[in-house]
Amino acid sequence: MTALAIRNASVFYPVAGKPPVQALKDINLEINDQDFVVALGASGCGKSTLLNLIAGFMAPSQGEIRLGGKVVTGPGADRSVVFQKHALLPWLNVLDNVAFGLKIQGHNRKTREGIARGFIKLLGLEQFELSATYELSGGMQQRVGIARALTSDPDILLMDEPLGALDALTRERAQELILKIWRDTGKMVFFITHSVEEALFMGTKLVVMSPRPGRISHVFDLPFSRRYFEIGNARAIKASADFIELREKILQIIFTDEESASS
Amino acid sequence: MSETGSRSGSEMWADLMRAKPAKPGEVYGVPGQGESVRVSLIVIAGLLFTWWLVTAVGLIKPLFLPSPMAVFGALVDVLRDGFTGSSFWEHTWISTARVFGAFLLACVIGIPLGIAMGMSPIARGVFDPPIEFYRPIPPLAYLPLMIIWFGIDELSKVLLIFLSVLAPMALGARAGVKSASIEQIHAAYSFGATRWQVIRMVILPSAMPEIFTAMRIGIGFGWTTLVAAEMVASTSGLGYMVLSASKFLQTPIVIMGIVIIAAIAYAFDHLVRFVERRVVPWKGRA
Repeated sequence: MTALAIRNASVFYPVAGKPPVQALKDINLEINDQDFVVALGASGCGKSTLLNLIAGFMAPSQGEIRLGGKVVTGPGADRSVVFQKHALLPWLNVLDNVAFGLKIQGHNRKTREGIARGFIKLLGLEQFELSATYELSGGMQQRVGIARALTSDPDILLMDEPLGALDALTRERAQELILKIWRDTGKMVFFITHSVEEALFMGTKLVVMSPRPGRISHVFDLPFSRRYFEIGNARAIKASADFIELREKILQIIFTDEESASS
Repeated sequence: MSETGSRSGSEMWADLMRAKPAKPGEVYGVPGQGESVRVSLIVIAGLLFTWWLVTAVGLIKPLFLPSPMAVFGALVDVLRDGFTGSSFWEHTWISTARVFGAFLLACVIGIPLGIAMGMSPIARGVFDPPIEFYRPIPPLAYLPLMIIWFGIDELSKVLLIFLSVLAPMALGARAGVKSASIEQIHAAYSFGATRWQVIRMVILPSAMPEIFTAMRIGIGFGWTTLVAAEMVASTSGLGYMVLSASKFLQTPIVIMGIVIIAAIAYAFDHLVRFVERRVVPWKGRA
C-alpha cells in the first residue's frame, strides 16, 4: 500500500523584480510501509524543500502530497522531524525534551515520562535523563532529537541531514543506530544526506536529485541496509565491490549535474 | 632614547598592542578574559581616597563637594532626625515602591506586548508607531501632561516611571521573539502544537535572556525617571529629598541621596543577574 504519495509537486519561490525561481519541478515520489527513502544531491537541489513539503512547513505551488490518502495541509503529529541542529530546547533536560511532543499533545506527566523513558532507553540515553542538552555531545543531542521524534508514534520520520554535524566516527555509529531503530519500529523514513556512502548504506530506495530546477533525476533500489541486518558488519558492506561500484556511479552523476549546472 | 630607563610613549603603546603569550589553562585570545573585581575595588578605593584628599586639603569648597565624612554624617543625621518630617526609611520606601510598582506594571504589560509585536504584524503595526514616537521623548517633557491628566498624586508619578520602563521592556521582549530557532518552532508544530502552545512553550522561554537584559535596562530607566517624577507636589521620596536639599544648598544630603539611589539600583541589578543565572543557565550556550 502506498502510504505517502507526492504527485506532480512543484514549488516556486517569488523573487522581487524577477521571474519566480523554481525550487522543485514535478516531483513524483511514493514512500511505502517499511521504506527508508534517502534523498541525495548537490546543494540547492531542493532536498530540504521536499522534506519541508512532506512535513507541511511549506505548501506546494502545484501538485499535492498525501499521507494515508489524506492531503497534507500543514505540520502534524503523523510526521515527525529530526533536524540537523538547533532543535532541542535548552531550558529542558533530556527527559523533558524527549517528552516535549507528548506534553504538547496533553498527556499527563506520568504517561509522558513513561513513554519518553522507553525511547530514552532505545537510544541509549539512560544516564543522561537529567542532563542539560547543551552539555551533551553533538551525537548525543541527535539521539535526543530522534527519541523525541519517535514519541509521537508518527507514520513517517523525516530526517533533515540529522548526522551532518557529527564527526566521522560518531556518524558511522549513529547510522547503525538509526537503521536498528528503523527496523525495530517499522516506521517509514525520509532521510536527507550529502554523503553518498551514507545514502547507499542506509536507504532501501535512493532518490538522486539535481538542481536548477530541483528535480528527481534517478531512483535506485538499494540492498545494503537489509544486508547489514544479515551480517551486522557495516564496514564490510561499505567496502564491498558492488557498494563501491554504485557509489562511484552516483558520484559521477552528481558531479556531472554540478558541472552542467555551473556551466 | 629609552636606553636609560623610562621608555618612550610609542614603545609602551606597542607593548600594550602586542600579542600576549599563551597561558596554561586558558583559551587563547578570548576577549575580556580574566578577573575584574580586584581592579574595580582598587578603583573604588582610589576614587574615595581622591575625594577625601581634595576635600581634606581644601581644594574644593564643601558647598560644591563635601567630604566623604560629611556625606556619611548627613546619612546619620537623616537616619536619626528624618528629612522634612519623614524618616529616611519612609523616603526610601516610597521611592522604591514607586519605581518597583512601575517596573512590575511595565513587565506585566510590556512583556506580553513585546511578544505580541514580535509574533503578529497587526500588533506590530498598531503598537510600533506610538512606542517609537514616545520612547525618545524625555520624561520631563511630558511630565506636565501627566500631571494635568492624572493629577498630582501617586498615579501620575508611577505612570511617568512606568512609561519610561515600558518601552525598553516591550522592545526587549519583541527582539527576544527572534531568539527561538525555526527548527525549535517547527519541532513544536510538527507535534501538533497550537500557536498559543508555541508561544508559551518555545517563544517565551527562548526570549528569557533578552527579557532579563530588558529588565536590567528598564529598571535603570525607572530610577532615572524617579527624580523627575518626584519633582512636583512631592513630600517624600529619595528624588524629592535630593531636589529639596539642593534648593537649600545641603550638598551632603544631595550626594547621600544619590548614593542611596545608586546603591539600591546596583543591588537590584545584581539580584536580576543572580536570578538570570538560575533561570537561564543556558544563555549563550545553546
